[in-house]
Order: sequence, then C-alpha cells, then structure tokens
Amino acid sequence: MVAGQKKVVASAPVVAVGTAGSVKLEVKDLAIAYGHQTILSGVTLSVREHEIFGIIGPANAGKTSFIKALNRMDMFTSSMRVDGKILFNGRDIHSLRNVYALRSRIGVVFPLPVGLPLSVYDNVALAPRLAGIKSKEELNVIVERCLTRAALWDEVKDRLDSLGSLLSGGQQQRLTIARALSQDPELLMLDEFSIAVDPVTTMRIEDVLKELKQEVTIILVTNLVQQARRLADRTAFFLEGRCVEVGVTEDLFTGEVQDTRTRDYVEGRFG
Amino acid sequence: MFAVTELNQRDKKVQGLCRILFMIMTGLLILPVVLILATLIYKGGSIISADFLFSEPTDGMTAGGIFPALYGTIWLVAVALLISVPLGVAAAVYLSEYAGDNWFTRVINLAIINLAGVPSIVHALFGVGAFVLFFGLGTSILAASLTLAIMTLPVVIVATRESLQAVPHAFREACWNMGATRWQTIRRVVLPNAVSGILTGVILEVSRTTGETAPIMFTGAAFFLPFLPESVFDQTMALSLHLYVVATQVPGVPDELPYGVALVLIAIVLIMNSLSIAFRMWLRGRKKW
Repeated sequence: MVAGQKKVVASAPVVAVGTAGSVKLEVKDLAIAYGHQTILSGVTLSVREHEIFGIIGPANAGKTSFIKALNRMDMFTSSMRVDGKILFNGRDIHSLRNVYALRSRIGVVFPLPVGLPLSVYDNVALAPRLAGIKSKEELNVIVERCLTRAALWDEVKDRLDSLGSLLSGGQQQRLTIARALSQDPELLMLDEFSIAVDPVTTMRIEDVLKELKQEVTIILVTNLVQQARRLADRTAFFLEGRCVEVGVTEDLFTGEVQDTRTRDYVEGRFG
Repeated sequence: MFAVTELNQRDKKVQGLCRILFMIMTGLLILPVVLILATLIYKGGSIISADFLFSEPTDGMTAGGIFPALYGTIWLVAVALLISVPLGVAAAVYLSEYAGDNWFTRVINLAIINLAGVPSIVHALFGVGAFVLFFGLGTSILAASLTLAIMTLPVVIVATRESLQAVPHAFREACWNMGATRWQTIRRVVLPNAVSGILTGVILEVSRTTGETAPIMFTGAAFFLPFLPESVFDQTMALSLHLYVVATQVPGVPDELPYGVALVLIAIVLIMNSLSIAFRMWLRGRKKW
C-alpha cells in the first residue's frame, strides 16, 4: 500500500449527488500508441466525483484504449505506449508503485463477458477475497448485494455453485458487472456493457447505475448515443483518435455544441 | 438440377478410394502393437503369476521372479518424478506466465528443445559424469533418478506450458483488472484450470521413464542384487535393465522368462497410458469454458 495514496483517498470530500463534484480523475494531454501507430492523442479532460461520464464516438475513435490506459492495462500489452498525465485522486498513476491498489479501486467491464471458470459465487467473491475478506457471512452479503445490483441474483440464487463460465452470454456479462461491483470500486468503467445484454436487462442495469452514482464515479463508453443521453451527466465525443469535445450531455443533444461534427454524430448523420 | 454428371461420379470414386487407402494405413498402425502384445502373451504369458511378480530371481537369474526389479523401477520412477515435476512445472509457469518474449526466454526455449532431442545414452554419460562422479552420489537410485529427471524435464515443461496457455488470456486480464497480482491470478484461476493437462503430461512421462534403460544402467541400476534398496543412496535392480540382462547377458535362461519380464514392463506402460487417456476424456467432459 502506498502511504500517500491512502491519505488522498481519506481526504476525498463527499459530494451531494448531481452537483458538480471535485475532480476524481484528471487526464492531461494523453496520447496512446501501439508500436508506431498513434491511436489517441491530445486528450485533456476531467471526470468529477459521483458523475456518470459518457464517452461516445464511432469505432476506432480510441475509446477502449482510453479505458485501458486509466487502469494501467498498457502494462499487459508490450506494444502499447501511454504518454501524458493521468491523475486519479490527484495522484499520477504512472508514478504509482502499487498498481494493484489502483486496479482494485477501479472496476472495469468490457463488451465481451468474461465469466471466470469458477463457480458463480467464487466469481463474485474473488475480489473481496483478494482484499483479504475471509468471513463467510461477510462474503455472502457481498455476493448477494452485487448479484442483485447486476440484476442477476434471481436467476442464479439457486445455483451459485455452478460454473460462471457456463452461464449464457447475457448472464455472464451481468456476472462480470457483479464482479466489478464486488471490488467496491471508487471508479467504475463500463465499455459498451450492453452489447451482450437484452434490452430489458439493460434498462434494469441502467437504473442500477443511476443509483450507484451516489457512491461511485462512473465512466460509460457506449455506442448507443441514447444510452449516453439517458445516463450521462457529461459526455465526451471521441472521433478518429481525438477528443472532439466534452460537454453537459443535454447540451450535446440539444445542439449546443462547439463542433458541428458532434451534432452530426449525435443526430446520426455519420458514424 | 441435381442430376449426376460424369464428373460427379469420378469425384465420388476418387473419394471412395482415398477413404479406403487411409483406412488401411490407419489399420497398419495397430498391427505392430497387436503383434508385440500377442507374441509376448503367447510366449511369456504362462510364466506370469503372483509368485513371479513377488519373488526374487534365483539360480543365477535363470529362475525365480522379478520382485527386486519391479520394486526398483517403482523407486526410480517415483524419485525421478519428485524431482522433475516441481522443477518442470515451476519453469513452465515462469516461461508461460512471467517471462516476456526476449532473448533470455528464447535461449531457454532453444535449450528445452535441444534437451528433448539429446539421445538417452548421452544423458546416461552426463549422469555418470555429473551425479555419480562429480557430486559423488555414486551409482545409486538418486543418481539414476536425477538422470531420468533431466531427460524427462523437457516433456514436463512443454506439457505444462501448453496446458497453461490453453487457459484463455481473457481470464488473466479479468483477474489482473481486479487488482490481483500475477501469482494470485496463477493460483486462483490459471493453475486450477491447467492442472488436468499437467497431470496428463506427467502420466505420459511416467510411462516413458519406466521403459528407459540407457540412462540408468551406468548410474544406479544393478545387474543383480540379492536384496532390496533401503534408501535412495543404494543401487537397485530395474525392470528394463533386467530384461536386457536376461535376454542377452545370462546363459541358460528359459525362453519364457524374458518374454514374461517384457510383458510386465509393457503392461505397466499400457496401464499408465490408458489411465492418461481415460483421465483426459474425463476432463474433456467437464471443460469449463
């Protein structure tokens, strides 16, 4: 555990819902490259505490790479290079020695579900166990709470012992979300989470996200611009490796944009 | 529209011929196995009895049983496994889970491939030089097992690495993203799902080690010992060497004796192989993704 980091977390102010909170995440002049190919450059933005921050944009805009950089996943891919500054709780994440502590505070959900080849229960109990929680009762409470929030509890409560990797695609995705929640994250990043989930369940999860906002900061990457409109307080528009603009979501949808490309995209005129 | 043309008929004929040809080829593969087993059972089957398995050779190895050799072989294989499995699995975990693709790992991989290609007699001489003489272990079970272990190490490493790599990468990333360290990921997700493949490799290795003669004949296996080994520092008899001895070195051995020894040796190997196949089928049935 990095001593300084803990202090910063402890002093993070609690902010009322919906109001402009303090800065949770600050990105300065971020550039991401794979080998010699630059995927994303010149991104400067900040995500506030307890907001849902939407990121929209067509394929190849660099949205997923952006998410990966925030979680230091560039360490998994030798060709991936990240330049610029990313401050999480005011700390430069590239100077952190304990990346595990960083990752355990950030929950990530990717488009393709990954049910680990463990039982449903163990899938959700993994992160708490890694964090050192051993008591069976405590784990039971966490597992039930996270599965309920991910709208999966009713479907799996009678078969918590069956393999998570054998659930259906949509169920596995909700299991993945439950697992991300089980980390009790400060920041939750969802990358097109609804691709493998049916519309009804998507709505249920969206409701959960609105509730979660009170406790967690959420970054929501989505292909569905309407989903961003429904959920996000502020939204960034990524296009061809640049962040075109960041604005209050409603402004983007009512045409109060700085860049006409944003309006074109939101209204479905290209992309 | 679906009328049969001349071309269709010719294609069908060629396809039928190919099928029969390949079937015959496959059938030929079974032939040696069947012939070997049939010969051994026909010529040596009559000598197999509990008494043969559990008594000592007598009359200058021309009569009696094979117990010291059977016992010695089990010792040799067990000690070799105790050495090669932890070493091989650790090396494979490092290569598959920790090491990046750099000159160091490439050299290691090259070494493994070359180690697998070294003839067993060369391993034997290495064993004599290194373990018997240099480390002063003398001709002993330990020296022989170390030699066997080094010889089988590449098999363990390759089998382990392959079963580790069969675990999808997405599982690892999902784990790392939760803040798990490499080791936590390996212990909780990767190894539990690879252990089946590792065990299959180990069982196959057992069957190979059982039959090896060259690596043990200079390092620990004895021509004839009237007593059982008491520790790993003793010499021992071994089935494979015993077969060589009674088949070629001792005069006046009745015909069925070497065949009987060979039958026992091959039975051990076949039983081990069957176990590994059964195990693999059972595992395939409970594939987790």
